[in-house]
Order: sequence, then C-alpha cells, then structure tokens
Amino acid sequence: MKQNIKPYGDTINDGIIQLSFTLPVEFGAKAKKAAELYVLKLNFDQVSVAHAEKIADDFTYFVVFAKAKPVLDYSTVVASEVKTVEMDFYQINDLIRKEFNRKISVVGATIGADAHTVGIDAIMNMKGYNQDYGLERYPEMNALNMGAQVTCEDLLKEALDKKADALLVSQTVTQKDAHIRNFTELIELLEAENLRSHFLLLAGGPRVTHDLAIELGYDAGFGPGTVPSRVASFIVTTLLKGRK
Amino acid sequence: MATIPLDQNQIERVKAIALEIAESVQEYIVNYSSDSVERTVLRLYGVDGVNEDGTPLPNRVVEKAREAGILEHGISPWFAKAMLISGRDEQVTAELLEQDQVDFSFDKNVTPADIHQKEGELANKAMEVLKATNSAKREKREKTPLPPNPWRYIIVATGNIYEDRTQAKSAVFSGADIIAVIRSTAQSLLDYVPYGPTTEGFGGTYATQANFRIMRDALDEAGLEQGRYIRLVNYSSGLCMAEIAACAAFEDLDMLLNDSMYGILFRDINMKRTFIDQYLSRLICAHADIIINTGEDNYLTTSDAVEAAHTVTASQLINEAMALKAGLPARLMGLGHAFEINPKIENAFLYELAHAQLARQLFPDAPLKYMPPTKYKSTDIFHAHCLDTMFNLASVTTDQGIHLAGILTEANHTPLMQDRFQSLGNINYVFNVAKDLGDEIEFKQDGFIAKRAQTVLDETEAFLNRIREKGLMESITEGGFAGISRPIDGGKGHGGVFAKSSDYSNPVMQLLENNNPNK
Repeated sequence: MKQNIKPYGDTINDGIIQLSFTLPVEFGAKAKKAAELYVLKLNFDQVSVAHAEKIADDFTYFVVFAKAKPVLDYSTVVASEVKTVEMDFYQINDLIRKEFNRKISVVGATIGADAHTVGIDAIMNMKGYNQDYGLERYPEMNALNMGAQVTCEDLLKEALDKKADALLVSQTVTQKDAHIRNFTELIELLEAENLRSHFLLLAGGPRVTHDLAIELGYDAGFGPGTVPSRVASFIVTTLLKGRK
Repeated sequence: MATIPLDQNQIERVKAIALEIAESVQEYIVNYSSDSVERTVLRLYGVDGVNEDGTPLPNRVVEKAREAGILEHGISPWFAKAMLISGRDEQVTAELLEQDQVDFSFDKNVTPADIHQKEGELANKAMEVLKATNSAKREKREKTPLPPNPWRYIIVATGNIYEDRTQAKSAVFSGADIIAVIRSTAQSLLDYVPYGPTTEGFGGTYATQANFRIMRDALDEAGLEQGRYIRLVNYSSGLCMAEIAACAAFEDLDMLLNDSMYGILFRDINMKRTFIDQYLSRLICAHADIIINTGEDNYLTTSDAVEAAHTVTASQLINEAMALKAGLPARLMGLGHAFEINPKIENAFLYELAHAQLARQLFPDAPLKYMPPTKYKSTDIFHAHCLDTMFNLASVTTDQGIHLAGILTEANHTPLMQDRFQSLGNINYVFNVAKDLGDEIEFKQDGFIAKRAQTVLDETEAFLNRIREKGLMESITEGGFAGISRPIDGGKGHGGVFAKSSDYSNPVMQLLENNNPNK
C-alpha cells in the first residue's frame, strides 16, 4: 500500500525544511534575494529567508525555511541495519562460555593515516562508552586494540597471530573520502591473500552505515552512538550462526 | 575571582614532587641527543631547502654524519668544519655536503680553534634570529593590542594552505583571537619537516615553514583590519618537535602544541626520543616567546573524565616542571585540560567547574588551554551546540586562558565556514553576558565543588608519589596515563636516539640554556 510522506513541521505533509548554508557573496539585499532564488531552484516552495548575516568579506550565511514539494512513497523504502539480539555484558559472556568453550578473539584498529582512536577506543577500551563496558573487559574475549595509524598489513599480521574471529576497523577522517579508500584497501588485501572468509569484518565510524559497510564488502557497519555490547552481541551471534 | 580554599602547603608539595620527577628525566636527557635535535641545530644555523628527491637538507646532512660515524660528537663542529673547508655559506655548504662535493673526513688543516670559533659565530647568529622574532612580535602586539581572556581559539583544516587562509580570515572577522592550522593527520610520524607551500593534506594541512609564513602574513593583515593581534598556532609534536619549533620561531608563530608525553602515549613515539626532543623544542620556545600548549585534554578522550581527573592534574604539574627546566616562564605555559565529562552524569557541570577552577588555582599565571567537549558530542549538531554553551560558561567563569572553540559539527566533519561562525557566535554571547560572573560568586566552603577539587588534588598527590617511586618512564610503561602502556625502548624514532660522546658539542643549545631571556 502506498504511503506518501513529506517532511513534517507542525501539520502533516506541510513539507517544512530548515536549511542553513553560506553563499560566497557580500551581504546585502542582493545576497538575500540570491539565497531565496537558489532555494527555489532546489524545487522548494514558499521560501522564507529567516536570517542572513555577513560572516566574512564576500561570504553571507543564511537560515532559510521552505516547503518541500516532492513526496516519497515510504512503502518502497528499503534499508537495513545490523540485526542482532540485544544482550548485555553478562548474557554475552555466558553465551560464549556455554557455546564456544574458548575465548573469542577480536582485533581492532584505526587503519591508514587516520590518527583518531575515539571510535575504536569507545568499543574496545576497558571503560567502554556510555556506561557500557568495552570488549577488553569481557572475560570471555581476547580483545586487542592496536590503536591508530595501523597499516592493513600489520592488522592482518596481528589478526593471524591472535587467531582473530573478528576484525574491528574504525575510520574517523572522511575528508576526500579517505575512509572509503582505507576500508577498501583492507578488503583488497584480504582478498589478495585469500583470507576474506577467515574473519568477521566490522566497520565503524561517524560516517559509517550498515549499508555502506555491506557495499564495501564488510559483514556489518556501526555508526555513531554504537555501544560495545551491540558489537559484541553481533560478533557472538553471527559466529554462532556460522557454526550451525 | 572566586577561589576554592586549598592548602598552600599541599600545592607546594605536589609541585616539589613534580620537579623531582622532571629532574630524574632531565638526568637522562642531558646525556643523549637525537637526529631531530641535530637537524634542529642545522636549521638554527641557517640550513633549509630540499634535495632533488624532496628530502630536506638538514636530514641529508645528519644522515651523512651518521654514515660517517661522527654524529655522536654533535653535528655542530663537523658542519662548522665543512663550512671552513668549503668557504661557502651555511646553505651552500649543506648542498655541497649533500652532493658529496665536501665531506666530513676531508681536512685542509682546519684547526680545532678555527672550528670552535666558527661554531661560536653560527650559534651567536642563531641567537640573534631568535631575538629578532621576539622583537618583531612585540612590535606587532604594540601596534594591535592583545584581546582579553579567554582568547578564542579556532582551527582551520582544509588541507590547502590558501583555502585555510580564507577560512582563517573569516574566523578572525567573527571574533577569533587565535588561529590553529591543524596538521595533516600523519605528519607527527614523519621524520622530517615537509617543504614549501602545500595544497594537499588529510584532515589538515602540512606544517611547513612556507605554510607558516603564508598564514602569518594573512593573520597580520586580518589583525590590522580588526584592530587586535591574532596569534598563530601550529604543532611541535611527533618526531620533529624541535625542528618545528625552530621553523615556527623563524616565522613569528605565537603558540605551539607541545607536550612532554603526548607523542609517547598517543602516537607511539619512543619516550626517550620525546623527552630529548621536547627539551630543545621548549628551550627554543622560551627564547622565541612561544606559548606551549600541552595535551592533557587527550587523556580524557580515552579515560573517564571523572575517574582520571587526577592524571590530568599530575600531567600538568609534570609538564610545568619540565617547562621550568627548559626556562619557560608561567606566562608561556598553556597547560591543557578539557570539558569531557559524560553529560548524563548528574551535576557534571559542577565537576567541570571544580576541575577548571583547580587548574586555575594551581597555575595562576599560566594561560590554561581549555578544550571543548568532543567525546560525548553526537551528530545532533543542535545538541552539540548546547554542550559548547555550557563549556563556554565554565571557561569564562573560571578565567581560562586559551579557549578552544567547540564546534557543533565536531562529530561530523572538519568545520565549515558557517560552523566556525556559529561557534564564535556562541562564545561571544556567553563571554559577554557572563563576563564578571567569576568575580561575583563564591564557592561554598564545604560545597560539592570545593570538595571535588580537594579530592582531585589528593588523588594527584598520591599518584605523583607513586610516579616518583617508580620513575616516570616506568610509570608510562605501566599505563599510568590515559590507560596506555608504552615500552621504554619501543615506539617510533627510537633509532634516532644516541648517547653523546664526551666531546659532544652543541654551542647553540648551551647558549639557549645559559641565556634565558625570561630570567
């Protein structure tokens, strides 16, 4: 059944969207008109330039409200997210103890030139993130966080050495799509070495979605706000499925 | 300003322990040098430029000295000798050495006295250059006055120095007092300083002397237009701490990110290398009137900001002690800390005030570097903006020095022009409406904030005592800071550390040590 939707302001299907952007022109009446015309060109209706301000010589900043015209049939939308059973720290460790009779080995790193460890640390460090323990704290896991600026080769070497069940790869820097290139480089290395099927491969980062990760050849992708137990339960349940 | 009642004896005690810790590291530092220290000597002597492959000449000359087996004596006497043999200036002599037209073994009856004299000339000339940057900056600051506290610090990070220039000027227009050009993400691990203007970088722009100059000129221009002096910041961290400090001094930079332990912990750079390099870099900063910015804020991105608060304070005290060893006065110590407590914790803001106020009182004359929230910023930019507002309030209330602007799109991308505008708008608003709040309030004697500050100070004292017993290097090995453990002989750059021979010569370093302009 069709389900047409539009952005919602305060009345169903009013289509209201707030936009903010900068135009490389000097502030003035002409700049404001330009903002209005530009948003009209984007196929909006009833464009209202709510705020315009000079933010530098030859640059003007705008806040604009406008009504969007297109409708979307929501029933045709397909998107996936990582499907996993919600389990906590104790349930996950119990499950490993009961089902595996060995520790689960996980190796994580921020690869390439990216120097940010915030993502991988949130998932792996003892402390964890948002009151949710990191994988290093799991008694039934051997979790190794290699930190940042790790080469794909070093990650693979460590993964083989530690007989890793899963690799966690984080990317924070997205300028000029550096993250896509780095994620791809690892996949290419694993395929060249014929080792892709050896590991569960998980991608993470502020601009990572599950769909993007799947498209790049990973098993799952985790975006901002992900807590460690979510990653842990994905790893454990997926490994379990693979065995059965 | 409102103060928390703290025991002055305890403050003196923790400072004395920190000094002892720094002194034990200093005992090690004096017996060793590194490739990058020797390259810095060459830069201070006037060697610059790259060879045909793009390798900097200071690197090539030091490599040649290492190959010739003479580096342990210091590059200075050998380079002075090469100059006497070539009869040319510093730059041409370096080029001739690189092209093997002069070498270190060739001896045309150059006497030790001649070499000694030449070294003295080179070292004195280097000191003159450092003095010149000092007076150049003083003149500029007289022409365009410095802004009031806290100074608004904004980053630019497009990867292209010319684009950075546009971004920086717009930030100055919106109220920025300090511009930091974020470095390309892997530069800390390069064992050389890149050369020339650059237009390609990842997550930032390469720190090169040419880029420093381009931005300095742009900021001088913007400062004149806006009627206030705009400070320029870069990074003296990684494998080239002292070399970058020299380049920064040449181009009149005002601040450098410079931490005695950051590279060890967060970039896995060898700890001996870092301690040796930071010492010379700070000697240069003391002479060139450059404020160092230390990196304690980073501890809290990996550790919990409440549990690990004392490690921040302890590190500030150690950074202060090491800075004192290098002759830096308090006014050049931008000791770092951060507003990183989980916003879900009840009264998180009171904890933040306690930590910020403690830092203020422990280092009353230092321009404290206060970092905005990053760890708990979500991709909801509107909520992120709220977090920054509270951060701005804590900063102005506790009279912080160097206020790093929180950016609402922190968790999304490197800032857009309009993100900086929003950020500065928020700061300008809060700093104005709460300008004298700190002078109006009093902290309750036995209230939450006072008790919390006391707890952190007590934990700091206990922690410092443990470090003193074990030694700083061993404490780092055991993961005492930021929960990160680094082996003493591990990490990058270890190969570039060497023991000085008994006749090691480095007269410019001696002059830097013995002629502190801040005494």
